[in-house]
Amino acid sequence: MSYQMPQPKSLPGKSYFILFTLRYLLRKMEISVGEAEKRTGKNSVNMQEIYTVYLIETRPVDAVTEGLIPAPDSLWRRYSEFELLRNYLLVTYPFVVVAPLPEKRAEIVWHKLSADNMDPDFVERRRVGLENFLLRLASHPVLCNDKIFYIFLTEADSRLKAMNAAFRVKNPDKRFTELKHYSDELQTVVSQLLRVQARVADRLYGVYKVHGNYGRVFSEWSAIEKEMGDGLQSAGHHMDAYAASVDDILEEEEHYADQLKEYLFYTEALRAVCRKHELTQFELEMAAQDLTSKKQQKEELVTGTVRTFSLKGMTSKLFGQETAEQREAKLQVLEQQIEEGEEAVKEKNTESNEFVKTAWVDIERFKDQKDRDLKEALISYAIMQISRCKKGIQVWTNAKECFNKM
Amino acid sequence: MSRTIDDVVSPTQTNTIPADISGQMLDLDEDDDFEVFSKDSTLADGSMFNASMQTSPGSMVNQCKFEEDEDGDSKDIFITVDNPESHVTAIETFITYRVLTKTTRSEFDNSEYEVRRRYQDFHWLKGKLEEAHSTLIVHPLPEKFVVKGMVERFNGDFIETRRKALHKFLNRIADHPILSCSEDFKVFLSAQAWELTTYKKQGPGFLSRMGETVRAVANSVRGVKNRPEEFTAIQEYVEDFSNKISSLDKVTQRIVKEQKEYLEELKEYGPTYTLWSGSEEELAEQLKGVAGCIERCCQETEEQVGHLSDTLVPVLHEYVLCAETLKAVLRRRDNIQAEFEAKNEALATKKVDRDALKVEIDKLEDRVEWANNALKGDWVRWQRSMRGDLKSAFLSTAEKNVDYYEKCLAVWETFLLSQRTEPSEETDRDNTS
Repeated sequence: MSYQMPQPKSLPGKSYFILFTLRYLLRKMEISVGEAEKRTGKNSVNMQEIYTVYLIETRPVDAVTEGLIPAPDSLWRRYSEFELLRNYLLVTYPFVVVAPLPEKRAEIVWHKLSADNMDPDFVERRRVGLENFLLRLASHPVLCNDKIFYIFLTEADSRLKAMNAAFRVKNPDKRFTELKHYSDELQTVVSQLLRVQARVADRLYGVYKVHGNYGRVFSEWSAIEKEMGDGLQSAGHHMDAYAASVDDILEEEEHYADQLKEYLFYTEALRAVCRKHELTQFELEMAAQDLTSKKQQKEELVTGTVRTFSLKGMTSKLFGQETAEQREAKLQVLEQQIEEGEEAVKEKNTESNEFVKTAWVDIERFKDQKDRDLKEALISYAIMQISRCKKGIQVWTNAKECFNKM
Repeated sequence: MSRTIDDVVSPTQTNTIPADISGQMLDLDEDDDFEVFSKDSTLADGSMFNASMQTSPGSMVNQCKFEEDEDGDSKDIFITVDNPESHVTAIETFITYRVLTKTTRSEFDNSEYEVRRRYQDFHWLKGKLEEAHSTLIVHPLPEKFVVKGMVERFNGDFIETRRKALHKFLNRIADHPILSCSEDFKVFLSAQAWELTTYKKQGPGFLSRMGETVRAVANSVRGVKNRPEEFTAIQEYVEDFSNKISSLDKVTQRIVKEQKEYLEELKEYGPTYTLWSGSEEELAEQLKGVAGCIERCCQETEEQVGHLSDTLVPVLHEYVLCAETLKAVLRRRDNIQAEFEAKNEALATKKVDRDALKVEIDKLEDRVEWANNALKGDWVRWQRSMRGDLKSAFLSTAEKNVDYYEKCLAVWETFLLSQRTEPSEETDRDNTS
């Protein structure tokens, strides 16, 4: 891909510009996702995998306008890293409608199914989608200033992962973590299944339809045969019937696919619930952290010992203590804050527990529904196959009768 | 010294009238500078026919019943072609096949023969048979070269397909009342390799074969004027038949191709259910069950495609070749008639020895009648074979397809049965809890 000037899809109106001109990252940098390459490596379960990485290039706008065109800074990132960034933003800015990522496709190598991810068209579409995503973030008044976002664009080390860990929820309910993994897995496997099912149905269509040619040729041939004519003619009709029967068969296959697709789409809803849990948990942890730090400050103030390093502490040591009045005032403020903090923590705790309780009830309900529905779907699939086999037996038995008359 | 028809058809030699004299007839216009068969089978086999036969060659053929040995009862030559082996010499590599013959026929010295033959030898035999019996229908040989190139020649499937076709070729000849009496055929089945080589070297030399070709071309250029209606009808039929059978051949090969591609996708389908089962608890058993069903259906599909390739495809292909054979036979018949007509016309126009020419014309006329009768008889025979072969091939295919669907049905029904029992367990649990 040649380096292109990125075209932001939606520049806000002029008033926005006036307010946020200086703060828009885009005014400072050109961003593009220029290329894609394949890499191989070992994944978390030590399996060999092939994945695609995308080249993020950035260049300061000033340099370009001054007539210099320096080489852009660039680094490679893979799709999962974009996901980390987005998850981080979702948690950190819960009030923001964060731009979506392009479609996630199965990245697990499984026989030949990985070919879909390596398909050049798909890679290209994804490249464009990822570039669009970054431009959306860069043009967002709040998100564009995020430090982690900046690091994502400019620094190639894995600090993002470390940062992400720091901003991650420390004690998520294990069940929700498992649920998130499950929903990812479900999405992957069902996508693959549906893809292969579609190809199988396509091929089956071909087989049935070609038999229609038998119908035509038998009919023509029967015209020149005296003894075999009748047998051939009627056999030909059965071949036509066989060829025609595939239309109904495919319709049923599509219906089955729709049943599976519903649960494919459900996975998004599952992920949303998990994210909400993470959010409430995160807020709780933040509140708790804040409270702890306030309590510590109070203790230091009271005992006069400095446990944590702070600039204030240093200056106090160097330039003398505050007055007793000043200290008293500070103490009062802190105690007030601690009281409020404790309230906040209690509130968040209740909120979190409530959420976990009610969410989990519904998740159990969902699981039961899913098991029931999919069990039924698989049974109906078997019934479908049985019906197809029965039709096949009938057609070919009839054809055999006709051939016997030849 | 060349043989003329006079030597052969003479009132004093009724008991030694050969079954096939067309080979001699071709020599009529030639000089005597070619070799003569010393072991000409056509004379030796005169003992095949009883003495009550009349002298005219045409009626001789009428006597010979084409229909009688269609059932296996009167079959007295049993041939198998098997055991392909590769031979490497300094010049070339080739395959030989074992040809095992068991027979009770008196003109064979032994009752059992085992020889090795290569494709070239079969090709030679076919040529000799067509030469000696130009209006009889000889079953086709598998093709000389593979379309895709020489490398395929030693591929296992190719050799097996060829072997089966060669087996069929010899057995068809053995079943034929006239062709099976051929001395060339006998030599082919019984002679050791070096004996065959020597034998091959005898017979009309290059010049005589050239002469035949030249005459054939000349005749075909002349064209036949009064072709009997029935042969025109046969020709039209053969034309149509050739088209239809070629279409069927193509359609069947296309089906095989599509079925194979379907199988390839199906092989990847089962594993997706297995993969999914790894993420599930309640559903795992069921998903694995479905995966198992699909896998078993894959096996059945593979078998079905194999059957199609082994049974229907070769037969259709054989009859595509048959159609070409038929066209050639009709052409040769036409040529024989054309030659007669030409000489007949010459009688009216040229200033030659009319008596000598008249004798020649009579011989040619007999030859035409003989050729026509031979063809007519063999045509009936061929049609019957064709119907039998194609009916049996299509029947077999239909049976296999029924079998295929029945097996797949059983697979899914078993699965369904295992599923249907579980819900009743669950409802029991619900009732008791």
